[in-house]
Amino acid sequence: MLEVNLARRTPAIRPAAVASAGPIRIAPETGEGRLSFRAKAKALGGREDVAGFAVDGAINSRKSDGDTASLRLGPDEWLFICPEGDIDDAMSAIERAMDGAAHSLVDVSHRDVTFTVSGQNADAVINAGCPLDLSLDRFPVGTASRTVFGKSDIVLARVGHHDFRVTTWRSFAPYVHGLLLDAAKDYAG
Amino acid sequence: MSQPFRLPGGGRIDRSKPLSVTFNGKRLEGYRGDTIASMLLASGSHLAGRSFKYHRPRGILTHGSDEPNALLSVDWRPEKGAGRRDPNNRASVVEARDGLSVSTQNHWPSLETDIGVVNDLLAPVFVAGFYYKTFMWPRSFWDKVYEPVIRRAAGLGEAPEVPDADRYANRHAHCDVLVVGAGPAGLSAALAASEDGSKRVMLADEGFALGGSLLQDVTSKIDGQSAAEWVEAAVAKLDARENVVILPRTTVFGYYNHNHVAMVERVSDHLDEARDGLARERLWQVRAGQVVLATGSHERPLVFENNDRPGIMLAESMRAFVNRYAVAPGRSLVVATSSASAYRAALDAKAAGIATRIVDIRLEQDCGPELAQARSAGIEVLTGHTVIKALGGKRVKGLVVAPLGNGGAIGTRRTLDCDCVGMSGGWTPSVHLFSQSRGKLAFDAELDAFLPGQSAQAEISAGACHGVYDLKAVIEDGAKAGGGNITVEATASFTGFQPVRVLPTDVDPGKVRAFIDFQNDVTAKDIKLAVREGFTSIEHVKRYTTTGMATDQGKTSNMNALGLVAGVLDRPLPSVGTTTFRPPYTPVSFGALVGPARDELFDPVRKTPIDAWAEANGAAFEPVSLWRRAWYFPKAGEDMHAAVQRECKAVRTSVGIFDASTLGKIEVVGPDAAEFMNRIYTNAWSKLKVGGCRYGLMLREDGFVYDDGVVARLAEDRFHVTTTTGGAPRVMAHMEDYLQTEWPDLDVFLTSITEQYAVIALQGPNARKVLEPFVTDIDLSEEAFPHMAVREGYICGVPTRLFRVSFTGEAGFEVNVPADYAESVWKALYEHGKQFGITPYGTETMHVLRCEMGFIIVGQETDGTATPDDLGLSGLVSKVKTDFVGKRSLTRPDITAEGRKQLVGLLTKNGQEVLDEGAQIVADPSAQVPMPMLGHVTSSYFSSNCGRSIAMAMVKNGRARMGETLWVTTPSGFTEAVVAPAVFHQVQGAKADA
Amino acid sequence: MLLIRCPYCGERPEVEFHCGGEAHIARPDTPAEMTDADWASFLYYRTNPKGLHAERWVHNHGCGRWFNALRDTVTDAFVQTYEMGAPRPDAGNASSTATKAA
Repeated sequence: MLEVNLARRTPAIRPAAVASAGPIRIAPETGEGRLSFRAKAKALGGREDVAGFAVDGAINSRKSDGDTASLRLGPDEWLFICPEGDIDDAMSAIERAMDGAAHSLVDVSHRDVTFTVSGQNADAVINAGCPLDLSLDRFPVGTASRTVFGKSDIVLARVGHHDFRVTTWRSFAPYVHGLLLDAAKDYAG
Repeated sequence: MSQPFRLPGGGRIDRSKPLSVTFNGKRLEGYRGDTIASMLLASGSHLAGRSFKYHRPRGILTHGSDEPNALLSVDWRPEKGAGRRDPNNRASVVEARDGLSVSTQNHWPSLETDIGVVNDLLAPVFVAGFYYKTFMWPRSFWDKVYEPVIRRAAGLGEAPEVPDADRYANRHAHCDVLVVGAGPAGLSAALAASEDGSKRVMLADEGFALGGSLLQDVTSKIDGQSAAEWVEAAVAKLDARENVVILPRTTVFGYYNHNHVAMVERVSDHLDEARDGLARERLWQVRAGQVVLATGSHERPLVFENNDRPGIMLAESMRAFVNRYAVAPGRSLVVATSSASAYRAALDAKAAGIATRIVDIRLEQDCGPELAQARSAGIEVLTGHTVIKALGGKRVKGLVVAPLGNGGAIGTRRTLDCDCVGMSGGWTPSVHLFSQSRGKLAFDAELDAFLPGQSAQAEISAGACHGVYDLKAVIEDGAKAGGGNITVEATASFTGFQPVRVLPTDVDPGKVRAFIDFQNDVTAKDIKLAVREGFTSIEHVKRYTTTGMATDQGKTSNMNALGLVAGVLDRPLPSVGTTTFRPPYTPVSFGALVGPARDELFDPVRKTPIDAWAEANGAAFEPVSLWRRAWYFPKAGEDMHAAVQRECKAVRTSVGIFDASTLGKIEVVGPDAAEFMNRIYTNAWSKLKVGGCRYGLMLREDGFVYDDGVVARLAEDRFHVTTTTGGAPRVMAHMEDYLQTEWPDLDVFLTSITEQYAVIALQGPNARKVLEPFVTDIDLSEEAFPHMAVREGYICGVPTRLFRVSFTGEAGFEVNVPADYAESVWKALYEHGKQFGITPYGTETMHVLRCEMGFIIVGQETDGTATPDDLGLSGLVSKVKTDFVGKRSLTRPDITAEGRKQLVGLLTKNGQEVLDEGAQIVADPSAQVPMPMLGHVTSSYFSSNCGRSIAMAMVKNGRARMGETLWVTTPSGFTEAVVAPAVFHQVQGAKADA
Repeated sequence: MLLIRCPYCGERPEVEFHCGGEAHIARPDTPAEMTDADWASFLYYRTNPKGLHAERWVHNHGCGRWFNALRDTVTDAFVQTYEMGAPRPDAGNASSTATKAA
């Protein structure tokens, strides 16, 4: 019989592609599921979360809870993150929780690629292409925002003083990765 | 001794670190802390270049970035091979390092003997406006004769011929206070501003040592400390503060809106060993809360005959070479001045043991305390004297001076023998950055200078650039600008000068070559001529004579030029105007501006999940917006034509596989999704059933076609919209705009899923057979899954949105799978399809196949001025809907008028001839030129399925011209073509909708 | 590079934004009832003032929201930014040419 269940994942950036030079670590995240969630305030009715994903954070904030996280990217836009394998359950739970209130839930797990950028001077590496003020008081831990990195859109999140997540669309990932690696050369010595 | 003019002691050079560079192939010696200029002077030479127009020998005029003459080509790492040389570096700021290889420019065969100097003899010919007057006629001479000759003769350094081998970095930064310039005012400002540890302060200075004018100050005391000690203490204090970033070797070159400041840091040129990967330069883009400009001032040259001879430099520069670099710029010096500050240079030179005299244009009674000090130090001072001319060719030999009598009379000439002249005509505050910030300049007659007036941004000037010259006042002014308030004790500076434009002479001034702008070779005579010829605004004089338009932006020359024009016109100086300063303050390398944006990081090259397979299977690629797409898949020995013909045949006879992943995809979700679709598309959507697809057409409000694509209804409240590859971002933006700004009441959300799904198109009579074994949970039978339908299920065990659609006319499917799975699904389909002769095809074949069917491509058939009716697509425009974007415009008179261009087919008389896309169409090729044009060819291919060439075109009244023969331009003339319906191929057997 | 205050995200650099032309020109509710001249005026005619100008901006590389801004076209100074749908803040003293449609 013909083997049909042949689908295997081929990530845009191989997980082995890690910048080893110097104190900055740049590596693609694996195993992340991502959901784009949209809802207006009236549909949310003041609730704090939807099926465990926080929706009460300020615009441009990131709230995490164990292995899930919720990034509020705009007044009515969130990026929910959960383990890849939990995506279907999460989607069902969110649909149930919204109970017919107007919203949009779209699986974008394969659309995006996320890089970890961490280590001393990680902020400077990101500032090679990102024009935001990344000082700790202007972009504190727990901040997340869509912005630009060179010629690519990214979602930038700070999860620690020297620990960032850079998310971009799949086809921009090699460019973003390349620009991060190039910028890290400044701190390789 | 190879440094005969090095002083035995003193200076800020490190004598324990000797070094050598190659200068025009010869060895030049010096120390760490030297510049190329100071090394050259230490060797006893001043000759550093040939001038731009006349090829006159030129020396070192200044000790800073305002240097107009001494421009060098520098190979920064000759040992590393080509690609590390750049031209037009100023010798006065190139930090000496072992191993540099530098050469002078603009001469042939050598610096010493330059035959271009013949231009100097022709000087009467090269007057102001020479180019405008001479090269106007005949036109054809310009390209063939004048320009090549002028380009060879004039000009500065040679552009590098190989790619820059160095890396350049880019960095965005923010601070509360950015201090520009680390002289006494800048250091003082930075100290005050950084007192509050919560304030982020950046201090940038173009030099490699901090201190500005204090670096050459060996006499002043500040609060009991020497200038050097004060600088050292200030820098140490700043260094110790965590909130301060000090950037030496960093030029602030651009001041843009909202305190966005651009600067370039020279990171590694000065390092003996630069590790691999370290950038050569770094572009900083700083957003500052407050900018303190402490950029100092520029000394003015005196304007007299032959004032450009090597050996003649600015007086303060003479002081810098003596004090900072421990170099005697000559054995016998004359300081010629109308400014008190030059006395300090003379006193310091004298103190260093060099014979020095002073010629002061000012009368005895106009001089200050500096005069008595100089005389008591034993310096001969001639007050009330003018300089008639300099003697000497490649090096000044003497200065001819004469006393100024009453009523402009000039007394008996006297020649002062010398080998170096320091001149000073006073000072010009460096207001370049202030002017760039759009601040308004105000003229101060007392100081004879334009000073910062009304600020346009959060900026404050301090020190000399603010018109403050006395050291104590400078330091206090700096502190104030930094938000502090201090009082210091400091040695009084020699300040004040008497502005002179052109020094009086006893010969016909019309015959005298006295230079105003050294870099562009503009003389006082040229400027007077321009004024005589009617140019009275400085902006016009500048463009006519080119004064101030060289790479130094006239730092040393602007005020002399301006004053001269005002003098000739007998008008107050401000009424002549001042020129606007623009970035960059000093030249910036292209490398720094480009930064990492080169080669693979020039632009994102977007690749699909199938791209690696395509590359491994020999695809040729073409760029489509930022994407690279497989264009065609040549087999061994095939050219593009052969490959495309084979691929086209295969799709129509069996099955082809195509990567359509780049199609834009938007998920439109919400209870009002259908209403939103009704408003944004021309079609009606309410009746589209779940599981159905429709070809949608989108207009702009002006009624012209904006985009198109297949739309699938996945649920009552969920649409999967596809767009053209290039249109994806703008369609999304267009939809968001309407949704947010016109219809905020609609509950609809848009999410881009372009990259969530890869799209594998299977097209051709055998498409279903290839697909069938891998699909589960979807009934693929014709009845259950007709043309223009969508189903959700599984392929190869992973979720798919499966479309039954066709852009080829054949039966076909488009398999949407989550991107990471796409490569393995593609491979499975391809392997299984081999038994049917499955053929991968690229965008070219896709184009040919859709053209055979007469399907348009937005952006190819359309150019932003085509309506649905122009394209023969009025059937897609709902007659029922009262409104949608663009509807009202479709009834505008211009849109409904006769004679619009309409989409038609064109068949060449000779079926083997393929028309050029973009070729113009006329009715009568013998009509008078300019002949009436009917339209143009939009798509044109050779179609193996049709056995001939096919083309689509937009032609005036095209649909009424069926069967008419028209003429189409070709590279060699015209060819005949017949107007035909834009459908060329009849699909046999299983059609898309059968 | 301008510094623009997004009403949702605060001050952000200009590269994150896109300008969408004059603000407060609402799409007519019943285009079909408009004369050709009125429709052309809606489509193509803009005030282009020297001085304060109400403009549409979108924070497209940020929160994605459209908003309006009062910008001085002479100095590039942003006097104020405000949410889409809110009235022009200086409507009371704006010049008569500045607003054409509600």
